[in-house]
Amino acid sequence: MSVATQDNAASVGRVGRTFVYLTLLLFALFYLLPFFIMVVNSVKPLSEITGGNMMALPQEWTIAPWLSAWSTAQIGVEPTGLRPYFWNSIRMVVPAVVICTIIGALNGYVLTKWRFRGDTIIFGLMLFSCFIPFQIVLIPMARILGILEIAGTTTGLVLVHVVYGIGFATLYFRNYYAAFPTELVRAAQIDGAGFFQIFYRILLPSSGPITVVCVIWLFTNIWNDFLFGASFASGDAAPMTVALNNLVSSSTGVKEYNVHFAGAILAALPTLLVYIVAGRFFVRGLMAGSVKG
Amino acid sequence: MGFLDINHVTKSYGNVEVLHRVDIAVEEGEFLVLVGPSGCGKSTLLNMIAGLEGITSGEISIKDRVMNGVHPSKRNIAMVFQSYALYPNMSVAQNITFGLEMHGTPKPEREKALKDVASLLQIDHLLDRKPGQLSGGQRQRVAMGRALVRNPDVFLFDEPLSNLDAKLRVDMRTEIKKLHQNLKTTVVYVTHDQIEAMTLSTRIAVMFDGYVQQLGTPKEIYDTPENVFVATFMGSPAMNVVPAKVEMVDGVPHAKVARAEGDDALLAFAQDNMSEWAGKDILLGIRPEAITDPEGADRDSNCIVTLANRVGVTEPSGADTFVTMTLGGKDVIARMRADTTVQVDEMFDFAVNMEKAVAFDPQTEARIKA
Amino acid sequence: MTRDSSVDMRTRMQEFLPKLVLAPSFALVLLFVYGFIAFTIYLSFTDSRMLPSYGLEGWENYSKLFRIREWETAVTNLAIFASLYIVICTLIGLLLAIFLDQKIRGEGVLRPIFLYPMALSFIVTGTAWKWFLDPGIGIENTMHLWGWESFEFGWIKDRDMAIYTIVIAAVWQTSGFVMAMFLAGLRGIDNEILKAAQMDGASNFQLYRRIIIPLLRPAFLSAFVILSHLAIKSYDLVIALTGGGPGNATAVPATFMYSYTFTRNQMGIGAASAVIMLMTIAAIMVPYLYAELREKK
Repeated sequence: MSVATQDNAASVGRVGRTFVYLTLLLFALFYLLPFFIMVVNSVKPLSEITGGNMMALPQEWTIAPWLSAWSTAQIGVEPTGLRPYFWNSIRMVVPAVVICTIIGALNGYVLTKWRFRGDTIIFGLMLFSCFIPFQIVLIPMARILGILEIAGTTTGLVLVHVVYGIGFATLYFRNYYAAFPTELVRAAQIDGAGFFQIFYRILLPSSGPITVVCVIWLFTNIWNDFLFGASFASGDAAPMTVALNNLVSSSTGVKEYNVHFAGAILAALPTLLVYIVAGRFFVRGLMAGSVKG
Repeated sequence: MGFLDINHVTKSYGNVEVLHRVDIAVEEGEFLVLVGPSGCGKSTLLNMIAGLEGITSGEISIKDRVMNGVHPSKRNIAMVFQSYALYPNMSVAQNITFGLEMHGTPKPEREKALKDVASLLQIDHLLDRKPGQLSGGQRQRVAMGRALVRNPDVFLFDEPLSNLDAKLRVDMRTEIKKLHQNLKTTVVYVTHDQIEAMTLSTRIAVMFDGYVQQLGTPKEIYDTPENVFVATFMGSPAMNVVPAKVEMVDGVPHAKVARAEGDDALLAFAQDNMSEWAGKDILLGIRPEAITDPEGADRDSNCIVTLANRVGVTEPSGADTFVTMTLGGKDVIARMRADTTVQVDEMFDFAVNMEKAVAFDPQTEARIKA
Repeated sequence: MTRDSSVDMRTRMQEFLPKLVLAPSFALVLLFVYGFIAFTIYLSFTDSRMLPSYGLEGWENYSKLFRIREWETAVTNLAIFASLYIVICTLIGLLLAIFLDQKIRGEGVLRPIFLYPMALSFIVTGTAWKWFLDPGIGIENTMHLWGWESFEFGWIKDRDMAIYTIVIAAVWQTSGFVMAMFLAGLRGIDNEILKAAQMDGASNFQLYRRIIIPLLRPAFLSAFVILSHLAIKSYDLVIALTGGGPGNATAVPATFMYSYTFTRNQMGIGAASAVIMLMTIAAIMVPYLYAELREKK
């Protein structure tokens, strides 16, 4: 829709339009500022930060903070940098996303094309599970991970993220497949294709967009998770977010702001990259998460 | 025992019976059309024949083999869907041969079958395209190719023409009819379009409200509808059905109907049995083409009756001119010759062919049989 | 008449298979979500301390919980945070969406800028804002260096004001997303309605107030539900930005639950607080989800 057709725009007047543009630019500045500060200060020597202006461009450019954040900074007790934790996160995210997406796609397929009595209730229960405050499962989850002897490991975190990611993955695929013509499934049935053949040969080839949306959503959410990481995998198995928080809030020694900023950008980089490369799908994922049903 | 037998079949969802005891025996090579308004149960019945929906009670058998519980792919049937249901990710050739592939037909045979069907339907040049690159008519052909290639016992069509524009629909209709005449396959065809039903079928089942209202040849359905529903559903414009009273004049039963002016007109019945209804109310059914200008009346009819009535609206359609008048308190349509001299608002002597008139019991709405 | 007695394995398998495929996920959700919820609810009635214990003690934990000062602070903070966060995000989101919808040149550049914070972890956001708001090196220091000597902005160190810094950071992170929701709503409005309204002589302002904003009702509802749900769950941001401090001035129920359960060994009370969080979210989500599911049918 556009109320502001060309004629209309003219009637709002030049002053009005200037005001609109100014406001939008101001907000753009507001959204960009924190990131700008992080980037600028991550390439300054520490002395320029503590003694100088946070907004100013560096007088002396350095990548030392980045190197330090990546491989030598003190995280907890070890001077390992964020590197091992970055790989922890990768080892956690990739299997969790893959498993969740596959299960979600199959669930969505069953819930739309092989409907049975009570399927709406099952879906409702799965849907609600997306929105619970995770505090409610922390205690029993800690017990179960202990019993399974995967407490404090990346494997444990994968399990946790799979369990709480299934709901959203199912939601995405169900909504997508609901719009997929059921006649195609019927035609394939008459052609003699079975349950899995119909899925692989008919639905899956058309599932590209929703798979991208689902993968991006899961990737962003799991990568950015802090609560589960902090609760179940502190120490060597901690994911990136937990390590970053340890780095930033460690109270020993001098606060190396430039290293903190570099670390923060490192932690943000994968999801930011995904956003830049596939922003369209990212937005669609967000919207699908808010307009359910 | 027919080729395709539908025997005492009902369908319920929960406690609601949506299809009530259907019995149809289809002979080999027949073209059966299931016609009715949306929600009448025709698609449900088709899906039950296909095996896409379960049968609540009764039996469906094809070639004497009971099909209840048999998987759709094992019934040796093929179906053409309303949306064509072409697999969007496969080429035309893959679409057509997918069923053969699923049934484990070896590749050389599949290629040969594909070639035969493609040349039969003249789609050879489209085989490498994806469905998205085809026009509506081409998709329709591919969908039929997919059905034909299986060489099935029964073809099922689910409103296959309803997504085409008017012109193409007529062309494809002819094409389907030609195909049936050449291949002599058994067809069950669902549509809500009564013209399709009339033109294509060897027999029609008119359905409404989960009941088969009438099963018969197109001529039977058109000329002797079982009830008011069938009478008004089939034919365009619909059959005129007006309240009337039977009166004996000189020993001949007449239908007494109110004219536009309020006074009554008397129309002599062609059938004698109407005298049993003397003094009673009936519903009189007359098709528009049975009310004409005197010059256009059917010369073979033995019972042309004159009806003087005031002309309401005239609608020239090119081939004919339709005239609307008030009769029995209802709008009644007459089909006149295109070059009729009739004028709006004048009194005009219409010729009514009472041989084609039918009468219904106003209580049951069933046709009063001769 | 022959009846196919092999009626037939495959058909039966096909009926069975979908349920079989769905079963593992359903079992997982049943155990890990609903089973766990039940377990936590059970714990909230026990005298669990460092480890779960199974001695029931009725409503004891709940009555204790409501006598704890820190819980009161947490609930008050959540109330302040949630209401400001929801209102401000909605206002900014609506404003930006309406402005962006005026055939703006460069919309394609502005939109991603408004939205990118949503891709970041709250921990990253918190880190950035923590130093930006720090009076020593952040915005206050910058203003001083630029010559505005009297500028003061020390909210993050101020017990009474620190909660508002969390609002600022949270609004920064999610208002762009709300903008996207409203923008989608605006773009979904039937153009002919707007043309009709313009024919009726509605001014631009009236058009928005009388026609467009009322038509955005579903977007308002979705935004409210999503934002309130995010607000109740927010944990990461508080930890990264203020760590719940100064003191426990910025504690919220999520941080309260964590510290009582895992660092103060009051598991029963922690469980009780988690149950209250769940109930609050359920009160908002359940009617919403129910309505959404029914609509679809």
